[in-house]
Amino acid sequence: MSDSTLVRTQAVEQAVEPPAAATPPDRPDARWWKRLPFYLGLTVATFAFCYPLVWLVSASLKPKSQVFDNRLIPEVFQPQNYVEVWKTAPVLNWLFNSLTVGIMAAGTVTLSSAAVAFGFAYFRFRFRGPLFGLVLATMMLPGAVTMIPVYLIWNKLGFIDTQVPLWAQNLFGSAFYIFLLRQFFLGIPRELFEAARVDGCGYLGLFRRIALPLCRPALVIVFIFEFQASWSDLMKPLIYLQTPEFFTMPRGLKQLVDAFALSGEYHWEIAMAASVIATVPMIILFALGQRHILDGVATTAQKG
Amino acid sequence: MAATVESVERTAVGGSGGSARRGRDKRSPLARGEGRAAWMFISPWVIGFLVFTAGPMIASLVLSFTDYEMIRAPHGVGLENYQTLVQDPKIAKSLMNTFIYALIFVPTGTVVALALAMMLHKVGRAAGFFRTAFYLPVMTPAVAASAMFLLLLNGQRGLINQVLGWVGIQGPNWTADPAWLKPSIAIVSLWSVGGSVVIYLAALKNVPQQLYEAAAIDGAGPVTRFTRITLPMISGALFFTIITHTIGALQMFDQAYTMFYGPQQKATASDESLVYMIYLFQNAFQFFKMGYASAMAWLLFLIILAITLIQLRIGKRYVYYEGERD
Repeated sequence: MSDSTLVRTQAVEQAVEPPAAATPPDRPDARWWKRLPFYLGLTVATFAFCYPLVWLVSASLKPKSQVFDNRLIPEVFQPQNYVEVWKTAPVLNWLFNSLTVGIMAAGTVTLSSAAVAFGFAYFRFRFRGPLFGLVLATMMLPGAVTMIPVYLIWNKLGFIDTQVPLWAQNLFGSAFYIFLLRQFFLGIPRELFEAARVDGCGYLGLFRRIALPLCRPALVIVFIFEFQASWSDLMKPLIYLQTPEFFTMPRGLKQLVDAFALSGEYHWEIAMAASVIATVPMIILFALGQRHILDGVATTAQKG
Repeated sequence: MAATVESVERTAVGGSGGSARRGRDKRSPLARGEGRAAWMFISPWVIGFLVFTAGPMIASLVLSFTDYEMIRAPHGVGLENYQTLVQDPKIAKSLMNTFIYALIFVPTGTVVALALAMMLHKVGRAAGFFRTAFYLPVMTPAVAASAMFLLLLNGQRGLINQVLGWVGIQGPNWTADPAWLKPSIAIVSLWSVGGSVVIYLAALKNVPQQLYEAAAIDGAGPVTRFTRITLPMISGALFFTIITHTIGALQMFDQAYTMFYGPQQKATASDESLVYMIYLFQNAFQFFKMGYASAMAWLLFLIILAITLIQLRIGKRYVYYEGERD
């Protein structure tokens, strides 16, 4: 693609981007004392929502006998719990597994869904309507219906107790993300594609050089959503993984709690430390992509 | 590799450029080239649909009429699985548990999220901070949240009963008393209701301010404004979350399984936390009754379909959509 097209692309990029902060001016009551009750209510609610996480971190630093004392500041600090977790279970493996599975799952689903979404958004072809209807219809299908035959497929292919079944299906796109990305692609002015076509850009070029760059925020949303979903998933690792070294973080955490239950000796401080380890990467992800995530959640519902 | 594909396409397009203006004749090389490219783009989904959705759906339906425990090849048993389904007391029990959980969680979740969103809407710019705070629990993996709440909800020493004690309420034995298991699970789910808050807040921001001003001039009080303006104007968002939450609640697994199930589970333990997906999971992957579990999956599908259709029908009557909907 020529430089001039690139420049044009960038120029239009600014035009395509939804005007920032164009939200209608919502006018909260100007008199601050009228807003005070809402601030109070929200503060109480914030406390209720956030304190459990604070409590979790605190409990993970306490000795076994004090986990339940509900003190904010541990009477006895025992950061060794985090060393103990490492010794009790292959937590580093779990973290690494979750990370690789998450990146594979999110990376593949973002690319494949984008390609399919572009196919449905840009081209006019026979059966487009009915096919897209089929895409939407699959969203209604509970995972339970396909769960068993899909397990039998992976079993036949010899992928049980590997991480492949945890992400490989994402190579084929996911209905919800296809729907979401198609909405974004439809928002790109068609003249932009026509101009690139005149300049001799192929279909793959249209996708790679125009559609993808212009919808980067949407792609980031899809990546983050899927990474989070993959990171938190318990069902698939339960079905497919048997060797503790291959576990993902949630599966490992569950294993840890079960092991304490089986032995009858609950080391909740260790389990809480592992819970913190499972949660921190998600908090970091949120810190990095907060705007994308919150805007993404809001848009999702509106487009839905 | 990609460059080759592009140049091939370019020549193909170049050769047919002249016919581009002549409308979309199905015969024209451009349309044919475009059709081929379109199928190339959507091929991942088509393959995935055939291999991982359509195929397994048929297989699952066939399996549901067989007895398959993975040792011997499946053999047909006719309607036996479905007959067992009707008679199995655990099916009825687990369905009941699932419905009760959904009936606790979906309404309370909606009301709590709406109340929070409305307060957020009132405070204007500060909403950003609180919104972040409400969303943090959503990021917490369900297993970690469930393990944590197992301790917070502890009947004797848990933080929640301690706080209830301060205001003079003797909290129940949440995680041990069979009557309180489902509310316990609902509390864990309720904790991560922040996603709905974000959705409702966005919807509230879209309600035109003039409506309230006009209503105020006509003398409408806050209650009237809420029921006659706010609720109808955000009914689309409400409806969306109610449907997705209901579908999610009927398939709830993570929280209940983490809190109350696992290899340590004793056969004599209470069935009060046995939700449908757990029983299905047990049948499929612990007892390896693949045929029976497949029948269970289809029953769940039909139930979800029926409930969603009912909700859609109700929605048609009550949900207001602004003109721009396509």
